[in-house]
Amino acid sequence: MKKVEAYIRHEAFEPIRMELLSLGFPSLSISEVKGSGRQKGITERYRGAELTNYLRPKVKLECVVADRDVQTIVDTILKHARTGAVGDGKVFVLPVEESYRVRTGESGEEVLQAHPDPAAATT
Amino acid sequence: MRRSSTVRAAVLGLVALLVLPGAAMADTFDAAGHGLPDSVGINSMWVVVAACLVMFMQAGFAFLEIGFSRGKNAGTVVAKILTNFSIAAIMYWAVGFAFAFGGDLGHVIGNTGFFLRDFGDPQKAFPIMGLSDATVEAKWWFQFVFCAVSLAIVWGTTLERIKFGVYIIYSVVFSALIYPIASGWVFGGGWLQVNVGMQDFAGSTAVHLIGATGALAAVLLLGPRKGKYDSAGKPRAIPGHNMPLFGLGVLILWLGWFGFNPGSTLGALDGRFTEVLLVTNMAAAAGVLGAVATAYWRTKAIDIGMAGNGAIAALVAITAPSGYVDPWAAVIIGAVAGVIVVLGVYAIDKVIDDPVGALSAHGLAGIWGTLACGIFTDPKLAAYNAVGKGGLLYNGSFEQLGRQALGVVTVFAFVFAVSYATFWAIKKTYGLRVTAEEEDAGLDISEHGMYGYPEQFIPTPELVGYGAAPTAPAPAPVATKPVSTQEVTA
Repeated sequence: MKKVEAYIRHEAFEPIRMELLSLGFPSLSISEVKGSGRQKGITERYRGAELTNYLRPKVKLECVVADRDVQTIVDTILKHARTGAVGDGKVFVLPVEESYRVRTGESGEEVLQAHPDPAAATT
Repeated sequence: MRRSSTVRAAVLGLVALLVLPGAAMADTFDAAGHGLPDSVGINSMWVVVAACLVMFMQAGFAFLEIGFSRGKNAGTVVAKILTNFSIAAIMYWAVGFAFAFGGDLGHVIGNTGFFLRDFGDPQKAFPIMGLSDATVEAKWWFQFVFCAVSLAIVWGTTLERIKFGVYIIYSVVFSALIYPIASGWVFGGGWLQVNVGMQDFAGSTAVHLIGATGALAAVLLLGPRKGKYDSAGKPRAIPGHNMPLFGLGVLILWLGWFGFNPGSTLGALDGRFTEVLLVTNMAAAAGVLGAVATAYWRTKAIDIGMAGNGAIAALVAITAPSGYVDPWAAVIIGAVAGVIVVLGVYAIDKVIDDPVGALSAHGLAGIWGTLACGIFTDPKLAAYNAVGKGGLLYNGSFEQLGRQALGVVTVFAFVFAVSYATFWAIKKTYGLRVTAEEEDAGLDISEHGMYGYPEQFIPTPELVGYGAAPTAPAPAPVATKPVSTQEVTA
């Protein structure tokens, strides 16, 4: 099991979510984060004074998948998140020890993305 | 060198024109020296109070548009409203008022009263408003705030993606030419009013349809917001960020309408303004109920935005008939407007991205209100206002309805043609839209360099910032055993 953790632009998220859903990966979480990288800050001008923001808003996408699915997930993220400009973000893959489904207490890989009919969730 | 001297000569000429001794303020001032009749004071007072209520509608438009925008595009609306109101004030003072009301060249365009100067006898210089003895300054202020309302309506369809400079360029053309000419035809003593006999008491067509027509021309060339339509062309909701602000805007507009319609009597002494006020309020109330019922019928939800749109649409619809119909008719006109606006928004949203529903609330409802005169106009009020005749329900004749339709078609065609040409020219030169990146970031930061809501976009640690470096390093805290209270106080 691996956890894919991606820092991406806001507008990249929706296409990624839709494609992951169609591929059978509905389970993911996001959070609004602010961070800095190579992308330059943005300067706000307020009544003549300046304020440079080095921390730019990004979306952090997290999703835990079986080892064999990692490449699919990463490829999907790279495909939609890349604009070619500085600030597209980064993707990290981390090992995961164990996983449990709270409702049933099941554990292991079968709890990860087991959705019988992913298309049913689109409507 | 040659060019700069030409420019300098033009500027000096303009300044000379303004400072030349003239009759600018002389009429009211001289007359006041001899003591004005009470009626002038009373009527001027009512016209100014009504116009100030109409000016307050700018706050209503601001809050309505801010509420229906996303938080990243909130601040730009404030800058737009202030800039547009100011440009319109200068242009309407310079030429707009004269084109709209300054006598008649074949009832097509006026030609006296530029800069409100040298017009001679005000009762003759602005003939259609000679029915009121309010001072010219009061009448100018009243007509100018109407122009500013019409201009504010234009931008409802263009939120969240238009370049700020477009506001500036189009507002000059709009307040100098488009609005004065078209509104002059309808209620400035122009040919639609005098020759055709079209009835439009306070501007369902002359203010609201003109604004909405400009809005249609703009949005056709501008295109939808990014993400409004999915790959299959199906519309997605882009929810506004603040329904309470939207509601405040609606109520301010409703309040302002009690200047808009009752003030169009241009006088208080015949008491008509109180009847117009009653008619206006009855229509608005019916409009809210009509819209809420329609939205519930179609979506099984009581839509907050539609309740507000219903009020606006009914007020727009009753604007033309407010001086011509009785209260029972106002209830019908308002309720129908409430139905029209909801169904109109649903239909328009499928093809045109109109974030506030301006095309439906000001356009469709404006057309309905203007046509409603041809159905509901009371013959005795038509005779009192000396424009047109009674409606279909009173005399079984389609004549007045036909006149109203002719007026709607004429004004729409003229305003659409000039506005489309103006926006097309802007698109080819300056451009209408911000870039996709700027649209993603929001107009507040990309057009103005600042946020409407900084705390939502700037991380708190960066807002806290840092002060000047301390002159001497502060002593590092050392972990010690707790000191007792007694030792400290001693």
